[in-house]
Amino acid sequence: MSNSILEGGTTVAAGATANTVVLSMQQALNRALDEVLAENPKTLVFGEDCGRLGGVFRITDGLQAKHGDQRVFDTPLAESGILGMSVGLAMAGFHPIPEVQFDGFAYPAINQIVCQVARMNYRSRGTLPMPITLRVPSFGGIRAPEHHGESLEALFAHVPGLKVVSPSNPHEAYHLLKYAATRPDPVIFMEPKSRYWQKGDVDPARADAADGAPTGAKVMREGRHLTLVAWGAMVARCLQVAGLAAEDGIDVEVLDLRWLKPIDAGSLAASVRKTRRAVVVHEAPLTSGLGAEVAQLITQACFDTLKAPVERVTGFDVPYPSGDLEDEYIPNIDRILFGIQRVLEYKRG
Amino acid sequence: MDTLPPVASGDVAAPLAPAQLRELYSLMVAVRHLDTSAIAWQRQGLIPGYAPELGQEAAQVGSGYAVDTTRDFVFPTYREMGVARTMGVDMIAYMSTHKATWHGGLYNPLESRLAPIQAVVAGSVLHAVGWAHGQTLDHKDGVALSYFGDGASSQGDVHEAMNFAAVMKAPVVFFVQNNGWAISVPTERQVAGGSVAARAAGYGMPALQIDGDDVVAVVEATRRAFAHARAGNGPVVIEAMTYRRGPHSTSDDPGRYRSLAEERDGAGADPLERFRQRLLTEGIADEAFFAEALAAAKAEEEQIRTGVQALGPRPGAEMFDLVFQETTPTLQAQAASWREESEHV
Repeated sequence: MSNSILEGGTTVAAGATANTVVLSMQQALNRALDEVLAENPKTLVFGEDCGRLGGVFRITDGLQAKHGDQRVFDTPLAESGILGMSVGLAMAGFHPIPEVQFDGFAYPAINQIVCQVARMNYRSRGTLPMPITLRVPSFGGIRAPEHHGESLEALFAHVPGLKVVSPSNPHEAYHLLKYAATRPDPVIFMEPKSRYWQKGDVDPARADAADGAPTGAKVMREGRHLTLVAWGAMVARCLQVAGLAAEDGIDVEVLDLRWLKPIDAGSLAASVRKTRRAVVVHEAPLTSGLGAEVAQLITQACFDTLKAPVERVTGFDVPYPSGDLEDEYIPNIDRILFGIQRVLEYKRG
Repeated sequence: MDTLPPVASGDVAAPLAPAQLRELYSLMVAVRHLDTSAIAWQRQGLIPGYAPELGQEAAQVGSGYAVDTTRDFVFPTYREMGVARTMGVDMIAYMSTHKATWHGGLYNPLESRLAPIQAVVAGSVLHAVGWAHGQTLDHKDGVALSYFGDGASSQGDVHEAMNFAAVMKAPVVFFVQNNGWAISVPTERQVAGGSVAARAAGYGMPALQIDGDDVVAVVEATRRAFAHARAGNGPVVIEAMTYRRGPHSTSDDPGRYRSLAEERDGAGADPLERFRQRLLTEGIADEAFFAEALAAAKAEEEQIRTGVQALGPRPGAEMFDLVFQETTPTLQAQAASWREESEHV
């Protein structure tokens, strides 16, 4: 079994219907943007190389040709400028969907994101909403150069005024982006770039009742013995792990958190109250990571039924390493299996 | 410096009528009186802090006077009280930010056409560019007026904003009040290249460096810049040279970084007194008019002070309600526990 995050195969949505199409996440996101642009004339898609090139990941491919260079356009190379301009456009009644090209390049825009995007609704007492959907190609796994693979979810989730979401497969990518891009509040949309090329079933009609509320978490695999909590690229990996664990008779539930702010504490509690054990898996460093928040939410809701402390399997407190070391850094199958084992074998002292 | 091409339009080229000159004086007196009173309010404990603008009345009133509040939008920092007053913003709502009632102030930015008060000094410069580009996309003729100072011009966002605006030909007027000081640091230790206006050339933008203490010159320059931007010719930089006569804020002690002699030499003639002499010399106004303008300013200040005094704290629930348009379960839960623990309900 390879530990490459780029593997993990096609995902199949439960309850596929006649509407279902097979798309890569890149295609699903592109289709979602295309439809959002068609449905709302006030939406704008822009960023570095989003226009003629269609984005370095081709997420905006063909959109400028179809919707025109007023609605889909290239900006100068300046992330603070992109986010600051988004604030002004939102004040003028537009619904900006800006892109920063890579997660690490969101850092130069942090001042505008934290001090302006996140606060303008509050500062203006609700008169200047910020319906901005910031698309951030996120997380590692593609052996990219420095600053091209970062896990910023805890940083964004800590900022009052921002909402944070990350899709795990093409179906989620399509629906979550369409939902986020029609909200009146700022949403940081973290796209797992290692999953861009993976194909999966997409049901555009969202006929699948198991999808639940668009703001909620989603059970991707039912299980009885413990819950793996993950988001983004780690969901596919956790599903792989659950398949392997099943061979040993361990029945793992996989919960895709989807929204990292606000977290769907109800679904989290419901899953863990059923399985009584939980492991949180994320790519970001351990210390002050979102795993701590998830673990506390579980502890608070499920303390009486938990059979073991909530475990975390995460990246390490090191700067994101070079490609040669990223398979050591990103939680791999073995490390997640060890995490499961620690929880299952926990004995009260 | 003046690299702005001449504007042919009659409205812009027409000299100000006597009634307009008198109106400008009345505005400057109102701003001067309110500004100096606000410092007194702070000393009296009515408000915790204030950022005075003594000496910048001509720059602020003159530029604010060029704004058409039916179509333009103004992006201030935290020292634009004179602009707000000139635009007719509710001054009790404006001063509420200095009373620590609500960050950004209680006025409605959409109705007043003034963005919320802003402490990140270059933060709103990019917002002006985005708003202005929105005018282009909407085929409207509004112009964004962005205020910032010599200190703010050191921040990267100003450079990104100028570059974006020039590339996109966005209708923005970058109005720099160069008041000589960024808290304690003088312009020569703050602005490389000689002036902020000089930078415009690098972005292919026209610029005007003007006497910011001459209210008529400020009105004329701002009108020209507005006409240029409104006609689709892109952004303009105006650098109004003025002087911050008082402290940076009521917490600041300018005696630590400049002497009284330096202050007197740097400040030059008082812009209000200068304009008064001009009106007298040209026979546009007399002592009776000046006395009347001052009396009106005093009455206005009294009414604003009473309003500010009466401002109570905001209901705590707003803290939770105004974060998002669509609240979250987490915020609702926090609001509920706050009510239980603080209001015992």
